[in-house]
Amino acid sequence: MSDTAEHPALAHHFDSLAQQREATTLGMWVFLVTEVLFFGGLFATYAIYRSWYPEAFAAASHELDVTLGTINTVVLITSSLTMALAVHAAQLGQRKLLMTFLIITMILGAAFLGIKSVEYYHKFAEHHVPGPGFVFEKEHIRHAQLFFSLYFVMTGLHALHMIIGIGIMLVMLYWAWNGTITKEYASPIEISGLYWHFVDIVWIFLFPLLYLIGRHAH
Amino acid sequence: MASHILPKRVYYTIFAILLFCTYLTVQIAFIDLGAWNTVAALTIAVFKAALVVLFFMHVKYSTKLTWAVVLGSIFWLGILLALTMTDYLTRGWRTYG
Repeated sequence: MSDTAEHPALAHHFDSLAQQREATTLGMWVFLVTEVLFFGGLFATYAIYRSWYPEAFAAASHELDVTLGTINTVVLITSSLTMALAVHAAQLGQRKLLMTFLIITMILGAAFLGIKSVEYYHKFAEHHVPGPGFVFEKEHIRHAQLFFSLYFVMTGLHALHMIIGIGIMLVMLYWAWNGTITKEYASPIEISGLYWHFVDIVWIFLFPLLYLIGRHAH
Repeated sequence: MASHILPKRVYYTIFAILLFCTYLTVQIAFIDLGAWNTVAALTIAVFKAALVVLFFMHVKYSTKLTWAVVLGSIFWLGILLALTMTDYLTRGWRTYG
């Protein structure tokens, strides 16, 4: 079929690495569709409650730290850049550069999670975790809990995706190191990149929707 | 299909635009635009997401089948959000009927 027909990474049910790559990319995208709808349900929940209780959502949003949120957005966008550069290095067969970019991406991912945990700590310290101990101005105490429930579930699931992403990067780093990844067989890096960028996109929506509601009012 | 390798400067350009959009979305949030604040925030977010999908995720250079799947995800998400909100946003209307 082609010069890659004997490549060790070629599964027997594909004719060529190019065909295998196309199928892998498509498969990853189909998975990402399920992820879009998975997070979509939460965004729909958010839309309903925010449209019902706009004042409580704005008041609760003001308790979040815009500076830390912005820093984390920059950290995550930078990690998307380094991931894109990792894919670029993989496609050119630059093994050392690929490993470097994978490590930087993981460090940035870990930095994001570190900043997120500082924010979580503040919310626990301020009793802004929904439940019997929840403290908030009386007027909005019930509906602010809805906001913080969504905040913790959405950012928590996003953080879980980041942790899984860092796990995937560790495997990719090992495969880059042991020579599994080559110029001809870069698709594992490519589809890991798709996953990482998807997680970035979720945050691109979470940041304004959670941190920036009605900021001008205070 | 051979893999399409983009020059590095494309990634740096997209990165710069994404950072600028982040700055813009924070600045706009502190200006009172009424209901337009949410519209502006979502427009910028959709624009940023589109850049990530088209360039970082290479969809601009992908097969038609990949395009179909990506557009399909937006379509189904649209159904989820639109049909849900047509219900919840119009529940108050009956008081006028």
